[in-house]
Amino acid sequence: MIAAALAGKRIAITGATGFLGTALVERLLRCVPDCELVLLVRPGRRLSAAERTAREIVRNDCFDRLRGELGDHFSAEIARRVTTIAGDVGTDGLGLDDEGRAVLATCDIVVHSAATVSFDAPLDGAVEVNLLGPSRVARALVDLAATHRPAGAGLPHLVGVSTAYVNSGHHGDAGEELVTESRYLALPDWRSEVDAARRARSDADARSRDPERLAELRKAARHELGAAGTALLAERTERLRDEWVDAQLVVLGRARAQALGWPDAYAYTKSLGEMALADSRGALPVSIVRPSIVESALAEPRPGWIRGFRMAEPVIISYARGLLKQFPGVPEGIVDVIPVDLVTAAIIAVCAHGPDGERPAIYQIASGVRNPFRYGTLVDLCEAWFTERPLYDTKGQPIVVPTWSFPGRGKVQGELRRAAKGLRAVERAVSMLPVRGDLADRVTGLEERRQLAERALGYVELYGSYTETEARFRVDRTIALYESLDEVDRKAFCFDPAVVDWERYVTEVHLPSVVEHARVRTSPGRRVSASREDRARKAILTSEPRCAVFDLEQTLVNSNVVESYAWLATRHISPLRRAKLSIELVAEGPRLLAVDRRDRSDFLRSFYRRYAGAPVERTRQDAWELFSDLILTRSFPDGLRRVREHRALGHRTLLITGALDFVVAPLAPLFDEIVCARLGIRDGAFTGEMVATPPTGEARAILMERWAASFGLAKDATVAYADSTSDLPMLEAAGHPVAVNPEAKLAAVARKRGWLVEQWAPARGGPRHRIAVSTRPLGARTALAALTASVPGARELDGRA
Amino acid sequence: MSPRPGFVLEVDRSTPATMFWHGEGFRLERLPVGSRVVYPPEPLAALADPEAAIRDALEHPVGDSEPLSALLRPGMRLTIAFDDVSLPLPPMRPPDARQRVIEAVLDAAATAGVDDVVLIAALALHRRMTDDELRHALGSRVFDAFAPHGLLLQHDAEDPSGVVHLGMTDQGEDVEINRRAAESDLLVYVNINLVAMDGGHKSVATGLASYKSIRHHHNVKTMQQSRSFMDRHRSELHTSNWRMGRLIADAGVKVFQIETTLNLDTFPSQFKFLQKREWEWSLKDRAGFQATRAALDRTPPAMARQIFSSIRSPHALTSVQAGEVEAVHDLTLGNVHRQQLVEVSGQADVLTMGLPYICPYNVNSIMNPILVACLGLGYFFNLYRGRPLVREGGVCIISHPTPWAFNPVHHPSYIDFFEQVLAETSDPLEIEAKYEQSFATDPWYVHLYRTSHAYHGVHPFYMWYWCAHALQHLGQVIIVGGDRAAVRRLGFKPASSLADALEMAEDVVGRDPSITHLHAPPLFLADVT
Repeated sequence: MIAAALAGKRIAITGATGFLGTALVERLLRCVPDCELVLLVRPGRRLSAAERTAREIVRNDCFDRLRGELGDHFSAEIARRVTTIAGDVGTDGLGLDDEGRAVLATCDIVVHSAATVSFDAPLDGAVEVNLLGPSRVARALVDLAATHRPAGAGLPHLVGVSTAYVNSGHHGDAGEELVTESRYLALPDWRSEVDAARRARSDADARSRDPERLAELRKAARHELGAAGTALLAERTERLRDEWVDAQLVVLGRARAQALGWPDAYAYTKSLGEMALADSRGALPVSIVRPSIVESALAEPRPGWIRGFRMAEPVIISYARGLLKQFPGVPEGIVDVIPVDLVTAAIIAVCAHGPDGERPAIYQIASGVRNPFRYGTLVDLCEAWFTERPLYDTKGQPIVVPTWSFPGRGKVQGELRRAAKGLRAVERAVSMLPVRGDLADRVTGLEERRQLAERALGYVELYGSYTETEARFRVDRTIALYESLDEVDRKAFCFDPAVVDWERYVTEVHLPSVVEHARVRTSPGRRVSASREDRARKAILTSEPRCAVFDLEQTLVNSNVVESYAWLATRHISPLRRAKLSIELVAEGPRLLAVDRRDRSDFLRSFYRRYAGAPVERTRQDAWELFSDLILTRSFPDGLRRVREHRALGHRTLLITGALDFVVAPLAPLFDEIVCARLGIRDGAFTGEMVATPPTGEARAILMERWAASFGLAKDATVAYADSTSDLPMLEAAGHPVAVNPEAKLAAVARKRGWLVEQWAPARGGPRHRIAVSTRPLGARTALAALTASVPGARELDGRA
Repeated sequence: MSPRPGFVLEVDRSTPATMFWHGEGFRLERLPVGSRVVYPPEPLAALADPEAAIRDALEHPVGDSEPLSALLRPGMRLTIAFDDVSLPLPPMRPPDARQRVIEAVLDAAATAGVDDVVLIAALALHRRMTDDELRHALGSRVFDAFAPHGLLLQHDAEDPSGVVHLGMTDQGEDVEINRRAAESDLLVYVNINLVAMDGGHKSVATGLASYKSIRHHHNVKTMQQSRSFMDRHRSELHTSNWRMGRLIADAGVKVFQIETTLNLDTFPSQFKFLQKREWEWSLKDRAGFQATRAALDRTPPAMARQIFSSIRSPHALTSVQAGEVEAVHDLTLGNVHRQQLVEVSGQADVLTMGLPYICPYNVNSIMNPILVACLGLGYFFNLYRGRPLVREGGVCIISHPTPWAFNPVHHPSYIDFFEQVLAETSDPLEIEAKYEQSFATDPWYVHLYRTSHAYHGVHPFYMWYWCAHALQHLGQVIIVGGDRAAVRRLGFKPASSLADALEMAEDVVGRDPSITHLHAPPLFLADVT
């Protein structure tokens, strides 16, 4: 009897927050009533180890069944039987404190299931956890036995969880033997592999600091964020550098694994992990359980239970969404899948059985030999299932799944690579253009499609080999163990792969579970519930105190300082000179735009020189007509309404703009405060020099924070509306950032961060000026004076014309 | 040959297709056999010597009034108020009637040695006029003499120090009007009486009043009790204005009212076919129509709007009368009726109409959906005396493109009314109770009304109240060829063709309905028996 054998035992488990670990904890608590559990959990950044146990393990829906069975006693039962200790298998000595060591020393059995399961993890990380983890645990147990366990208590039984794919690199039978005993594997010295991996990290890091590389990374950051300010660009550059180093180590890991005959870094590090464990276990009794591809539960705790998105799920969902048009593989090939509850049952049986003599006993738990599941069958089942129950696109139309023709891996990879490359090129070219609104949206759409293509390529590169594996994982020892169980245990802890009815498993258990987890649309028609945008808007427009900061150009008004100047400058001159000035300004456009992009303050400083000599009073009066004729005409009614909605709710509103004070003066009733540019005045005329420079970049963020703080409001209460990446620091600093008519770069950033995006347009039906010039007709006298005057073009505003 | 009166045609198989106005364009529609088309009368002859007629009116006032010259004396305060850009439609070819009258009044004032003269555009809650529009209405001579010296003002209903409360009527209505006008020794009001609704006490009591005062008659209840507001004696709107006008007179404000009437010569020669009956179109008219329509089909809407906006109407003066307000207005109404009344016997199940590009509130601007509703259900529906052209529970079919478009300078509160208020409800009473106050007192709208060229925040509500009588009376409203979303937002049904609209109407009024088509503009007043 398994339950009897484990009664009164203390079982330590690593990796309990993982898919397999959670299932194991639940199964032991529910099916082995008299054992106690010690969970070795790595403290998170925000959560302690005990909090992680509570939130990430016990609160998982895996425990719903047990919670139902125990009712009110659930919490007490968990508290009585589960102890959490903080530790980390990635560091020597497991990072335990004294108490942790004391607790771990009392355990009779230790199940080590902590691993980096990602197939494309950076090499050094995988080495620390997968390669060194098991031997660290073994050494810690041996050390603890010497220091903490009473004499004669013996050593605990270590059950390591590995993977059947440690010996997948060859055709035919792969037996339940240590990798060191395999005739087909070229085994390197694991210690030198560890050194090499650690060195690789520092090498890649050094290379990432090359001046050329840094320049490239800075360029990439600039391409992504535009003129977002030094601090943000530096931060982004540094993040890109980290990502670059990680990517180098991913590539390195895969290359090293494949050079030695494993499909990926995961199988490679797991294999060497077994070797290291065998080398350093000393007298510690060890068993190793090797599952193949672990998938959703067949029956326990309920059919279809799964945690996280694993290997097959993203591929299946990408297929159902019509994104993955092809996947390599041979239809006769075997996909070796094993439901998670069979694996937990096997592990528990091994725990109860105890160590098998001196040598580590290997138990493979895989379906390929006893109950083979053909790749072609899987594809057929998926196609039929999704044809009957299609997913729906955003417009509520059903998606037709593609028919796979089982091409070779090289062909699929080539196609996907070309598609991703082409999309990348188009995206780059288009994002250089100053586009907004729908077009900017389409650029973001392009980016999404490129990411999908890249992701599909990633799946094919990562998992392609798993559909082509020719190794047959023998399960003789596992089945012998199963057959040694009595009837009751066989029923309660079934781990015979022969019991799986693949068709039923795929169509009734696995696919429904995958679809449910993927949160995809499974019904036609548009969604009626409030959209994400509506919810975001509601969250902004509440009666709580808030500070709303608005940019002006392209956020509230489709106009700019050049147009305001052109309008004012042409108000009192002849049509002939009006035309001349407009042509000059249009010709100057690209240069002005370039200066503006480089540095907003420099641009304003140099552009506002043109106002030198303009009579103050007349310009101020003209500005009121400018307000009606240009600013209001080009305004976004939705934007102005939003400002007023904020005010109606009692929020404070602030306008930050590079425009001049007299231009924005008519907007005063909308804002509690306006921060804008001001020109110096001498003898009733403007000097053309800015006496108040409006803040740009980070300075805007600081201004917003200080302004909010002056009302006792924190970041959460700030709302920022802006249209370009030059305002990124302000948007980042706001509690509620809103991208208005974002240009392509900001649109991409906003989409990634889930910011609210508003598309505000000028009212259709307003008067249209193609070029912003005053259309005021001239009196005969003014016209005559204008014709006879010979004042140079850049001095249109002075009183002499 | 005297001009022919209005005419009701019964459509038979030989009747050519009927022209429907359709915004900045036209549609030719075949009305079912048996339908009736009501045509306006032909234009009356113009006054032979308008200047002489004006001088004559000023010196021979009607009612209890002395001649203008006798009312003028040196040292007095004289204020001349005049109708704003909403009249006449389309804007008339210079010289404008206001220019002629005001020049005559100013001549008299100069002769009498009056120095303190101020001109005020009687905006009520309308938008401020632009300098160009003022110059057009008054002529360059008057404009250049007054505007540069700050003597040409526009009524500001939101200037707290610029209005004065004169008292309450016996019905509890506040009377609050322009301070300068009220405190002048003489207030001369210069009107253009385009339709029967205009003029009389409404000129001063509404044109120079504040929101506080106007709200007493510009509301749903009043409008529902005005059957129609084009019929002064059955219009609650006018009854209220008359009470106020009498209070203004009792308060000591001396008003010298000058009213003018125009003939129906509405369109310039290249558009003459618009005021002819289709079966009488000459080859030239037909060619003109086809060419215009073909050209408009190829013109972007914004440009077509500009072309139409530049139309200057050849409207000619048919009468001028001056003196005491009520006596003057009685004469004026007679003259309006002489030109515009058309006898129609009996109501129809379905009333059809084609709406033009212009209404009083979108001169030099776009006709937004709210104005479409107002022109159709407010103005055109109410162009009746006696009973409406359509029976109670009948259907009104309107042809207009009804774009979801607004002028952000002129109609900012309309945009929000359309986006926020009409999205919730189209019931005038609910709208009035729930939203009017907040729009009317919104500081941003007040700011735009006073400093820019925006209609008052409450104005879109009035446009909707203008429809209240029709909305109460009709069983359904269908708009042909309109932006479907905009039409639905108004609470009406969209149809893509007149034939479809008539099919839809049958669901409401039954098979083979009787149909009357209102062939306007030129505008007329149906005398329905």
